[in-house]
Amino acid sequence: MNDLSLWSNLAITTAAVLYVAALMLHAAEWSSARGLHQVVAPVRRRRRTLVTAGVAGDSTSTEGVAAEGPAGDDEARPESDQRDPERRIDFFGRLGVSVTVIAVVANVLGMVLRGVAANRAPWGNMYEFMISATAFVGAAYVVLAICFRMRWLGLPVTLLLALGNGAAVTLLYVDVAPLVPALRSVWFVVHIVSAALSGTAFTVGGVASVFYLIRQRLERQEEVKGYLTKLPHSSMLDVISYRMVAFAFPLWTFAVAAGAVWAEYAWGRFWGWDPKETWALVTWMIYACYLHARSTAGWKGNPAAWISILGMVSFWFNFIGVNLLFTGLHSYSGL
Amino acid sequence: MAGDKWRGAPALGPRATLRYWWKQLTSMRTALVLLFALALAAVPGSIVPQRSVSPVAVKDYLKTYPRLGPIFEKIWMFDVYTSPWFSAIYLLLFTSLIGCILPRVAVYVRGLRAEPVLTPKRLTKLPDHAVAPMPLDSDGTSEAPAEALERAAQHLRRKRFRVAVRGNSISAERGYLRELGNLAFHISLVFLLIGAAIGSLYGYRGNVIVVEGQGFSNSLPQYDDITAGANFSDRDLAPFQMRVDDFKAQFEAGPVQTGAARLFETRVTVVDKPGDPPRQGLIEVNKPMAVSGTSVHVLAHGYAPLVTVRDAEGAVAFSGPVPFLPQDGQFTSAGAIKAPDGRPERLAFQGFFLPTAVVNEKGPRSVFPDAVNPELFLNAWYGPPRIESGEPENVYSLDTRGLTQMTTPNGDVFRMQLALGDRVALPNGKGSISFDGYKRWVKLQVSRTPALPVTAGAIGLAVVGLCLSLFIRPRRLWVRVTDEGIEAAGLDRASGRTGLDDDVVDLLTAAYGDELPDPVVDTGADAGDDGRVADGHAPAKDEENSRE
Ligand code: HEM
Repeated sequence: MNDLSLWSNLAITTAAVLYVAALMLHAAEWSSARGLHQVVAPVRRRRRTLVTAGVAGDSTSTEGVAAEGPAGDDEARPESDQRDPERRIDFFGRLGVSVTVIAVVANVLGMVLRGVAANRAPWGNMYEFMISATAFVGAAYVVLAICFRMRWLGLPVTLLLALGNGAAVTLLYVDVAPLVPALRSVWFVVHIVSAALSGTAFTVGGVASVFYLIRQRLERQEEVKGYLTKLPHSSMLDVISYRMVAFAFPLWTFAVAAGAVWAEYAWGRFWGWDPKETWALVTWMIYACYLHARSTAGWKGNPAAWISILGMVSFWFNFIGVNLLFTGLHSYSGL
Repeated sequence: MAGDKWRGAPALGPRATLRYWWKQLTSMRTALVLLFALALAAVPGSIVPQRSVSPVAVKDYLKTYPRLGPIFEKIWMFDVYTSPWFSAIYLLLFTSLIGCILPRVAVYVRGLRAEPVLTPKRLTKLPDHAVAPMPLDSDGTSEAPAEALERAAQHLRRKRFRVAVRGNSISAERGYLRELGNLAFHISLVFLLIGAAIGSLYGYRGNVIVVEGQGFSNSLPQYDDITAGANFSDRDLAPFQMRVDDFKAQFEAGPVQTGAARLFETRVTVVDKPGDPPRQGLIEVNKPMAVSGTSVHVLAHGYAPLVTVRDAEGAVAFSGPVPFLPQDGQFTSAGAIKAPDGRPERLAFQGFFLPTAVVNEKGPRSVFPDAVNPELFLNAWYGPPRIESGEPENVYSLDTRGLTQMTTPNGDVFRMQLALGDRVALPNGKGSISFDGYKRWVKLQVSRTPALPVTAGAIGLAVVGLCLSLFIRPRRLWVRVTDEGIEAAGLDRASGRTGLDDDVVDLLTAAYGDELPDPVVDTGADAGDDGRVADGHAPAKDEENSRE
């Protein structure tokens, strides 16, 4: 136990507390939006609005689909004339993102310091995997929120980050120690980084799919209420979810392959149906299903969204559940 | 074909029936369902112990669940990944896959040479389109259509579209690599399966425990256990010999994760084939040694106490290292010492080797994996000499049939605790045993996985193919110039792609040749669909895929 690892612990605890604060701010953001509602034009097969080039379509249309980058908050058009809730929503939203930014900085710092303290990549046990996963997800969310106006991810993502870092600090914590020999491999580092990146994108995609299902239902009733009015149109949410999976899937394929190469070096077999390996494959197949579903008649839309959520659940189950529930070669949670 | 079989089929003739079922099997929907079924079928194998992973766990499971166990046994629950139902699903999936790619390859190859598709009659029906009036010449009259067309063609070529000029219109297409990538990905899956199949049919994996200073030669009888594919024969074993010279282990002695493994190094000497000069090698974790097409890993290690057993006549009945098997992370190790040559009675011992022994209320146990204070705790047995039956015997445990346990004069079980160098005389002058030292043993795994390059290459190709398939934006653009004006339209052929409307407007601007004069643009995208037409105005992807 050295000074650096103490600083790392402090940073992680700080991040956990700040995530909870950000979560509450986003909850306030949502509840401020209670009064909002948005009338969504019924979906017509053919729409013939004549607009001039360069001007995006009106907010309730599906223009967001074709626009570069996701649609932003200002697309929602509350019916109420009162500007007050708008300002409140924006205030809490901005504050939430700001707090999250500080939390992510602390989280990343905590991960890096942990690595420096241990003099190795900070991926040796469940605690370190968890704080790294939250650092990746947090950083990705901050980029998406600030550069791509996807602040609407705030509530579910901070919830996830608060839970993740909270669990890391309270349940999973172990002191700094060197790696067990089996984890000392370049392939292992490659495996972890690609798995963390793809997991992050799967998670964002899954959250987008959840919102898709909710908004899509409301849109069919032609009225969207509350904070959901701040979200992009369901068809845009669908595209966001697809983009995330499309980015993550090749990377996940690579991550699983890198894991297999590592297993070949470590144990002399590249595939052994260890629970961790099995669930990695199951996750992979679920996302292959998702990509197929999106181009199969009768499976687009809702069924595809459910598959994407299932994929996310399977990913996180593999990340957490398999280590704790099953015994296998991958049981290095360090607990 | 065996037409008679199909006579019962309704209405359709045998060939039509076959074709019907083939079409069903190779449809996207079936692929989807089979993929899902495979994902689902893989799950039980992660919950119920698998024989291929841990036969011991399966035995325990059968003991713990005497009712459920046999039922599970019947439905291959302990061998999920080789079970008929699991195999059926993936074989069907791969049949479907092959049936799906072959026609698509044919279509792709034909499409490579084909010109971009004809310009649809009514461009205004396409999801993205834009219209502008004819540009005016300097003298105020409408420009000739040919010039606008030429500008559009140049623009499209510059943007790397394949261009076909047809009369007053142009069709352009790009992104052919997407389908190539998609096909490469699916084909590589087939090669992945072939590679894995060859690997498991012709490969083998053998385990052998070797004590420091001893060796083994790569032949079947030397292995403690070996798993080999159906097409493996013992002639496939490369005739090498390996001696374990030294094994070094280090464990965490600090307060955090005390006892966790920190370093394993095994030094070996190898003779690749009889007559070759010996060579030295080092095996570490994650660094196996390559020997004659096999890789040699060190999978486990343990202790082998050195003992000398003397019989009642004072002769040495056994002397040497005896591997004990670790029972926990602190290397509390169990084993049996057998001296069948003892006369007039054979002798045997059973008990524990503790590398760092502590005796507390729970009895003797080891508290650290390294040999800080090694001790042997043994019970002793004796019995009449036995004729060698040739029956295989577990070297790590004692079969006490025909043996009598030694007791103290007051009838208690005779127990020994030996520190390093101790020698204990057995009751009633039956002999003695001494604990002379210890050596370490390593469990070597020798494995050969043929076709590994095929498997690895297939995975590499799969990743590259996927990236092409998911990131390339296949797109069709059209422009038509008539006296009334210029129409441009576009269609995306893959989901989730953006920028189509920009491309259409750019094309229109290029054809117009100048800043657009506040044109009328119809962006009548179909709601709910991400830029692809689903209503049949243009060939949608799904139709194409199911055309065969
Ligand atoms: C081993 C099983 C299979 C796996 C893992 C798999 C995986 C995938 C993946 C990941 C994609 C997404 C790539 C993309 O969207 O461009 C895809 C696309 C596709 N797959 Fe498969 N596939 C399998 C079997 C099949 C079978 C049996 C068929 C034939 C029915 C098939 C037909 C297609 C088609 C047509 C596409 C392109 C879909 C589109 O246009 O977006 N696949 N597959």
